[in-house]
Amino acid sequence: MSGAAVELAGVTKRFGEVTAVDAIDLTIGHGEFFSLLGPSGCGKTTTLRMIAGFEHPTEGSLRINGEEMGLLPPNRRPVNTVFQSYALFPHMTVYDNVAFGLQMRKLGSNEVAQRVERVLDQVQLRQRADARPSQLSGGQRQRVALARALVNEPEVLLLDEPLGALDLKLRQSMQVELKDLQERVGITFIYVTHDQEEALTMSDRIGVMDAGNLLQVGTPEEIYERPTSRFVASFIGDINFIDAVAAGGSVRLASGVELPISTDQPDGSEVTLALRPERLELFDLDEPIPDGHIRLNGKVSRRMYYGDSYFYDVDVGLPEPLEAREENRPDVEVYEVGEEAIVAWDPAATNVVTD
Amino acid sequence: MVMADLEARAERAASRRGFLIGLPAYVYLILFFAIPLLIVAVYSFATRTSTGATALSDWNLDAWARVFSAAPARVFVRSFLLAAATTVLCLVFSYPFAYWIATRSPKVRSLLLVLVMIPFWSNFLVRTYAMKFLLGSEGPLSIISQLLGGEPVRLLFTVWAVLIGLVYGYMPFMILPLYAALERMDWSLVEAARDLYAGGWDAFRKVTLPLSMPGVVAGSVLVFIPALGAYVVPAILGGGSPPYLGDYIVLQFLTARNWPFGSALSVSVMLIMLIATIFYFRRGGRTL
Amino acid sequence: MNEATTPRPLVDRLLAAHGWLVYLFFYAPIIVLTVFSFNDNSRVGVWTEPSLRWYRAMIQNDDVMRAIRNTLIVAAVSTVVSVVLGTAAAISMERYRFRGQRTLDGLLYLPIIIPDVTMAVMMLLFFTQAFGFLEGLTGIRLSLGLGSISLAHIAFNISFVAVVVRARLAGMDPHLTEAAADLYASPWQTFRKVTLPLIMPGVAGGALLALTLSLDDVVVTSFVTGPGSTTLPVYVFGLVRREVSPLINAVSTAMLVASILLVAVSLGFQRRSAPVATTSETDEGDTDGPTAPMAGRVSRVGADAGGV
Repeated sequence: MSGAAVELAGVTKRFGEVTAVDAIDLTIGHGEFFSLLGPSGCGKTTTLRMIAGFEHPTEGSLRINGEEMGLLPPNRRPVNTVFQSYALFPHMTVYDNVAFGLQMRKLGSNEVAQRVERVLDQVQLRQRADARPSQLSGGQRQRVALARALVNEPEVLLLDEPLGALDLKLRQSMQVELKDLQERVGITFIYVTHDQEEALTMSDRIGVMDAGNLLQVGTPEEIYERPTSRFVASFIGDINFIDAVAAGGSVRLASGVELPISTDQPDGSEVTLALRPERLELFDLDEPIPDGHIRLNGKVSRRMYYGDSYFYDVDVGLPEPLEAREENRPDVEVYEVGEEAIVAWDPAATNVVTD
Repeated sequence: MVMADLEARAERAASRRGFLIGLPAYVYLILFFAIPLLIVAVYSFATRTSTGATALSDWNLDAWARVFSAAPARVFVRSFLLAAATTVLCLVFSYPFAYWIATRSPKVRSLLLVLVMIPFWSNFLVRTYAMKFLLGSEGPLSIISQLLGGEPVRLLFTVWAVLIGLVYGYMPFMILPLYAALERMDWSLVEAARDLYAGGWDAFRKVTLPLSMPGVVAGSVLVFIPALGAYVVPAILGGGSPPYLGDYIVLQFLTARNWPFGSALSVSVMLIMLIATIFYFRRGGRTL
Repeated sequence: MNEATTPRPLVDRLLAAHGWLVYLFFYAPIIVLTVFSFNDNSRVGVWTEPSLRWYRAMIQNDDVMRAIRNTLIVAAVSTVVSVVLGTAAAISMERYRFRGQRTLDGLLYLPIIIPDVTMAVMMLLFFTQAFGFLEGLTGIRLSLGLGSISLAHIAFNISFVAVVVRARLAGMDPHLTEAAADLYASPWQTFRKVTLPLIMPGVAGGALLALTLSLDDVVVTSFVTGPGSTTLPVYVFGLVRREVSPLINAVSTAMLVASILLVAVSLGFQRRSAPVATTSETDEGDTDGPTAPMAGRVSRVGADAGGV
C-alpha cells in the first residue's frame, strides 16, 4: 500500500456555469474516519461522488492508494458507497443484495456465502437474510446498505448521509455502532453529513465545506475550539461574534472598551472575535473573577431554560447581546432578567476569525 | 488541463452510448414515420390527373385551395361541433362519476375502477358494433319498445347515434384523468374550507373544482382530439353520410381517388391535433 | 375520508345512482351482444333458443380463420419488435443526454398524437412510393401484405411502448444503477440484474398496450393491407358497416372475450409483481397496477381517434 488512502489535488467540478467543487486539496490517511461537513449544496456530496467515480472532475487529480483514477468507472474502483437513500435493490432479498458485489466479482459461491453470512452476523441481520428491503425497518435497511458495502472489504468506504433518514434516537445509537465498526474493520471511512454533532462525535478529522470550498480541515476539537473563519465558527455549535478593531496588541470594541487580545492583523483593521457561549461565565458585580480573565459589565436581558443548562442574553453595551451558557448545577447561581452581572472569559478562548 | 479533457471525453462517451442505444428506434421512426409524413406533405402539392392517378410534377396549391373551400369547410365545422358536443357530454356525465369513485373507500374504489378499465381495454370496434346492434331497428331496444306498444327505435344512421357512439367510446378518456386529479387531491383542503365556514357546495365550488381543473383540461383534450378525427364510429353508426373529417379523408383516397386533396386534408387535421396537444402539455397535462 | 369530506346522504345517493347508470351504459351493449351471439335464430333481433350455431359457423368460415391467423401474426411480430426498440428508446431518452435529443424526443411522441387517418394515409403513400422506388432499383416487385401491415404497426407501437417504459424508468431511483456500478457490475450487468427487472412491469405494460393496439387497429391496417392479408378487425369492419348479423355477433363476442382475457392475464401478472415493484421506498409514485399502461393508452388518444 502506497501513499494516502485518498488524495485530491486541485479537484474542481463544474456543471455548466456552476462550480460545485472549487479546487480542493485534501489528503485522507489509511484507517481514518474523515467527515465532510457542510450545508446542503456545499459540494460535499459531489466530492464523494467523484471519489466513487459517478462524476469526473473537471480539473485536478484524484488518487486512491496512490493510483490516479482518471476515467476509471465505479465498478473498477476499490471503494464502495453507502447511499443516502440506501439504494437497496427492491427486487432482491437482503442476502442477494449483500452478495451482489461479490457475485459481480465472480467469487466462488462458497466464499460468497461465507462472507455474506459473516457480515450479516456483524450487523445482526442473519435472521432477515430472506426478507425483502420493503419488509425491513429504516434502521435495518441502513444496516443492510452498510453490510452490502462492507462485505467487499473496500479500501475506502464512502458514506453519504447514511443516518439522515433515521429518527433521532436511532441515529444516536447508530453513530456509536458505526464508529465501533470502523475501528474494528480498520477501513477508511469518508463520511458526508450536514449534522455537526454527527461529525464531532464520530470523526478523527473533519473537513468543513461551503460553496464548493474546503474551508478548514482538522480534528473535531480543532474545528470546534479553533475555527478560523466566521462560517466554520457559526456552522458548528452556538457562537457569539463581536466586531472589533485591532489596536496594537489589543482590540477595541464598538463600545470603546479595549480587550487584551492580540491579533496578527495590522492596527486599525476590522476583526471579528468568536466566543463559545459555554466559555462565558456570569458573576455578581461584587464577586472576584479568575485571574487574567476578561470582564465586561452588563445586564441580563433574557433567560432561556434548557433543562441541563440556562442560556442568558447579556447586554454589555454592544449592538448585539452576548449569549452565555451556564450549567444547571446546585453550585451555579441563576440570574434573573434585569439583574446586573459580569461576563468573564479566558482570553485564550477567544478566536479571531476571518469573514 | 489534462483532466478537463478526460471529463469531456467521458461525457462524450456516455452521450454516444445513449444515442446508440436508441438508434435502432430512431432510424425506424425516421424511415417509417418521418419520411412518410414528408411524402404526404409533398403529395399535397402534386397534381391529380384525369384518370385519378397522382402526377408528382406540376407542383401547385390546388389541393390546399380546396381545403379552404366551402364543402370541406362544412365538414370541418360539422366535425368540430360533433367533437365539442361529445366532449361536453362526456364531461357532464364523467365528473360526478369520477367524484363518486374518488370518494369511496380505497377497496371499493379499486373495484369500481377495474369496472371502468374492462370496457376501456375492450376492442373499440366491437364496442361500437355492440352499440349498433343495440340501437338497430331490429335490435333489442326496438323489440322492447315494440313489445310495449311503441315504435321501433330509429336512431341508427343519424347524428344522434354517432354522438352516442362517440360518448360511449371515449368517456373512459374523460373519467380517468378526472379520477386521477380528484384522487390525488388533498382532501384536508376541503376540511380546511369547511372549517373556514364554507358549506358543502361552496367548498366544492371554491376548492374541489379548481383543484380538479387539470383533470378537466386533460380529459377534454383527450376526448376532443380523437372525436375530431373519428372514423370508425361515424362509419358504423352514421353510415358515412353526411361525412365527418375521418371518413371524408378516407373517401379521397379509396373512392374519389384525389390523393393530393386527401393529403392536404390529412396534414391539416394533423396540425390541428398538434396545436391541441401543445395546448394540453402547456396546461400541465404531462402530470397525468 | 371522514364526515367533513364525504358528500351528504342525499347527494351521495344521487351520485351512486348516476354511477350505476354509467356502468349500465358501459355494459348493456356488450352484455346484450354477448347474449344474442348465442341466439339460434338467423334474424338477429328475434330470440328463439340458445345455441352455439354461430360459433360453429365462425370456426368453419375460412375467411374468419385466415383473418384471425393474420391478426395474430401481425400482433406478435409488431409487439416483439416494438417492445425491444421502444424499451431501448426509453432508456436512451430517460438515462442519457445527447445532441439532437429534443428533436428525436418529438419524433418519438408524434406517432402518439397523430390521427389514425393521417397515419394510414402516410403509410399508404409511403409504401406506394417505396415499392415503386425499389422496383426501379432492383426489379423486384413488392406488394402490400402482412409485411407492410407489421411495419406500420411497429411504427406507431414503438412510441407507446417508449412512453410506458419511460414512466416506469422515471419512477426508478437513479441511485440503484449507481449502486450496482459501485458494486462492481459492468454497464451490461447493471442493465440485466437491476434496471431490466425493475422496469419489467413497465415493459410488460408496454407490451400489453402494443398488443392491444395492434389487435384493435382498423384504419391503418385497411390502408396497407393486400389480397389475402386482411386482419380480423378489418374483416369485421367491412361487414359491420353494411349489416348486423348473428355471425358478426359471434365473432365480436369472441374478440371481446379475447381482449378481456388479455387484460385479466396482465392484471394477474401485475398483481403478482406488485410487491416487488413497491418494495423500494424510493419508487413511490410509479405507475403500477392495472393503471400502469393507462398513461400510455390515454395519451394514445390522438391516434385512437378512429382507431380501434
